[in-house]
Amino acid sequence: MKKRSKLLSLALSTVLVMSSFVGCSSQKSAESSKKIGMVVSTLNNPFFVSMKVGAEKKAKELGYSLVVLDSQNDAAKERSNVEDLVQQGIVALIINPTDSDAVVNSIKFANDNNIKVITLDRKSNGGEVACHIESDNVKGGEMAAKFILEKLNGKGRLVELQGIPGASATRDRGKGFHNIVDKKDGVKVVASQAADFDRQKGLNVTENVIQATPQFDAIFAHNDEMALGAIKAVKAAHKTVVIVGFDGNDDAKAAVKSGDLAATIAQKPSLMGSVAVENAVKIAKGEIVQKEIPVELQLIKK
Amino acid sequence: MKNNLKNMIIKYKSLVGLLILCIVISFITPRFLSVSNIKNILTQVSVNAVIAVGMSFVILTGGIDLSVGSILAISGAVAASIVKSTGNLFLAIIVALAIGSIVGLINGILVSKGRIQAFIVTLSTMIIFRGVTYVYTNGTPISGLGQSFSSIGNMMVLGIPIPVVFMVIVFGIAFYVLSQTRYGRYIYALGGNEDSARLSGINTDKIKTLVYVICGAAAALSGIIVTSRIGSASPNAGVGFELDAIAAVVLGGTTLVGGEGSVVGTIIGALIIGVLNNGLNLMNVSPFYQSIIKGIVILLAVMSEKKKK
Repeated sequence: MKKRSKLLSLALSTVLVMSSFVGCSSQKSAESSKKIGMVVSTLNNPFFVSMKVGAEKKAKELGYSLVVLDSQNDAAKERSNVEDLVQQGIVALIINPTDSDAVVNSIKFANDNNIKVITLDRKSNGGEVACHIESDNVKGGEMAAKFILEKLNGKGRLVELQGIPGASATRDRGKGFHNIVDKKDGVKVVASQAADFDRQKGLNVTENVIQATPQFDAIFAHNDEMALGAIKAVKAAHKTVVIVGFDGNDDAKAAVKSGDLAATIAQKPSLMGSVAVENAVKIAKGEIVQKEIPVELQLIKK
Repeated sequence: MKNNLKNMIIKYKSLVGLLILCIVISFITPRFLSVSNIKNILTQVSVNAVIAVGMSFVILTGGIDLSVGSILAISGAVAASIVKSTGNLFLAIIVALAIGSIVGLINGILVSKGRIQAFIVTLSTMIIFRGVTYVYTNGTPISGLGQSFSSIGNMMVLGIPIPVVFMVIVFGIAFYVLSQTRYGRYIYALGGNEDSARLSGINTDKIKTLVYVICGAAAALSGIIVTSRIGSASPNAGVGFELDAIAAVVLGGTTLVGGEGSVVGTIIGALIIGVLNNGLNLMNVSPFYQSIIKGIVILLAVMSEKKKK
């Protein structure tokens, strides 16, 4: 028992000492009047890493120092990250929330300390936010639909693989897609089914759709994972179908190269980070910024 | 003979439920009963059914295993990376099954020797091994596995998809072990009353540990099937699969307190879930309503089981 508590105290003190080192190194950087804080939901995902890299580049360009902290998808960590940054005297806070509800109090804390907040990629359900930046998912859905119609010469039977029901990406990407295809003559959406952004479910649902309606010409999947699952199902059934995904992840880019995937709509995380810093600097200088800033997407095809 | 049939119906009420479900769906979409769709359903069901059969062993002892989804992910990821680096399919399968068994062994020892509740043990290992999978895969899917590995999930033997063959073999072994061997009888005895089982000289710790090993190995096999079917091992594979497996076991009439139930029921339960998913897709039902329908079907099935007592 005694041995165990000794070990525990040793471990705890090691962690404390190490974390104080980390604290020191970040406090040294630049004078505080030109310091911007950025809190990212997780850096264990290439998407957010590119976002961070883009932001850092822009900050350097504009002569500001940027402190980036990782919340590791933990709302409690996120809160303490925000507190730490406020202590360091930042001029603006860029936050990519772990969760739209859980972030509210962190943002209110920044508000109370008179620090303007920019949300990135995910919205906050409260607090005072100067500006929100995210990919234009509706436009992305429209881009995908237009590309598919172009490929099919304006006519055909389409299948839509939806993301998790009710998720904002599902709603917006689906809305954009339907904005284009619903009004067209000779175009029919023969199935709209959810596969929850998951590759295996994308495979299962596509297999099922093939059973129900063997005749269709194109699939629009709300993300790449589902599109990659759909490719497997379509190949097994020896069909040729135009498949379009969303996100532009590495597997999808490889599939575009090999011709299995017709196209994917890629977000530009690096640009998102860069736009966020640009606006943070504007805010710090007292300039007025747009409340909502959509960031463009990119169609990747062969 | 007539009596026999009556007994069957009483024993496997879930089978009646499955048949009713099939009849209703086939009236609405005639394509449902085509040979190709039935193959399709069986292939899709095999993933959940293999886990659920393993889960049945655990639940029959009165335990639960929440870590199956994470076991599936880690063993799928390891199999994928072995195939990718060595091209040795056989080695990949053996190592994946070994990992599943080892994680199961850890669960089993913590439950039996550590005397910690199975729910808590497997909840913790579920979280830990999901984390291990993230670390191992660095958070990105492992793809580009080549033709031989994908053949497991996508080829047919005598017109039967290989995953279905796996499912039938796993079911056959489980059925034999539970109904014909001493070990099987001990599992029921342990689930029925642990104290009296121990007092009558059964090594309850050993039996308890072994059921988690079986469950872990089954989850790993399922991981191999999933990974080969989609040709990629995702770090998020298998999230929520434990609930589908538990649902299949419960739909099949096995009680969560243990000691009562069968793997025949579990397979029927897995089929009910698979037929429902497939049928709702075929009928193009809005995803918003699908969740409501699935939940109601599970409730109705469990309620009908209750009534017979």
